[in-house]
Amino acid sequence: MESDRLQKLYIDFASVVFREGFLDNQYTQLQQLQDESEPKFVLQVGTLFLEDSGKLINGLRSILDQQDVDFEKLDACVRKLMGSSASIGARRVKNVCMAFHNSCKKGSKEGCLKCLQQVAQEYLLVKRKLETLFKLETQILAAGGSVPLLSQ
Amino acid sequence: MSSPRGGDKEGGRDGERQIHVLAVDDSSVDRAVIAKLLRSSKYRVTAVDSAKKALELLGTEPNVNMIITDYSMPEMTGYELLKRVKESPTLREIPVVIMSSENDPDKINRCLEEGAEDFLLKPVRPSDVSRLCGRMRS
Repeated sequence: MESDRLQKLYIDFASVVFREGFLDNQYTQLQQLQDESEPKFVLQVGTLFLEDSGKLINGLRSILDQQDVDFEKLDACVRKLMGSSASIGARRVKNVCMAFHNSCKKGSKEGCLKCLQQVAQEYLLVKRKLETLFKLETQILAAGGSVPLLSQ
Repeated sequence: MSSPRGGDKEGGRDGERQIHVLAVDDSSVDRAVIAKLLRSSKYRVTAVDSAKKALELLGTEPNVNMIITDYSMPEMTGYELLKRVKESPTLREIPVVIMSSENDPDKINRCLEEGAEDFLLKPVRPSDVSRLCGRMRS
């Protein structure tokens, strides 16, 4: 059956995503919250995360482009990104944010620039993973199946 | 309105009246997650994106059983919101829970000393919300 094939594809893909640390158990917690009253909850929150993170990263870039970097403002942005990545389960993004936060506290522009590059990269990677997961979920539901709950 | 605190069968119902929680977070992701966690426990939830909007709502909507707020927000922090609530004769009985992604002992102690009911580390879990059940204002 098509839905069975898609479910297996989804589980196999998700296993790699979890094993490589892109997502953690928090993502599973969000899946468990999904119910009939909000059947697209994970998709909605995931989409919000991707949109907001993109804007935050652009914001970080603008702050670091200034000659005199406002490290407080930068850190506030980084902490926001750290918080939302933790809430969606985007572990690798969160981990880079922690290093970024430390660089902000040290007032190290060089450190912050390096972290910005890393966080932008991790964001793009997790974006691709999430978009693939969402696409597979949509296909499973269209084929009449149910989306398997993932685990780390 | 005068049911004993937390003394009901379902987490979100206090006698006939549904318990109303005000969630405050400037992050749309975190706001969506905390609102969903609270709704899953059958609480009525109003979610706003700033402490200023929270105070405006509290001025017009007296029936709030708990406030759960992020610590780090622009313009007015969750800590400042906590202080404003605890200084108000009409609002001071409302329990205030602070959320933060940072495990900062100084920050935590400051909030608890100012009268915060609890301090939750993000990401907030369903077990954190269950823990709050008995602390809602009746």
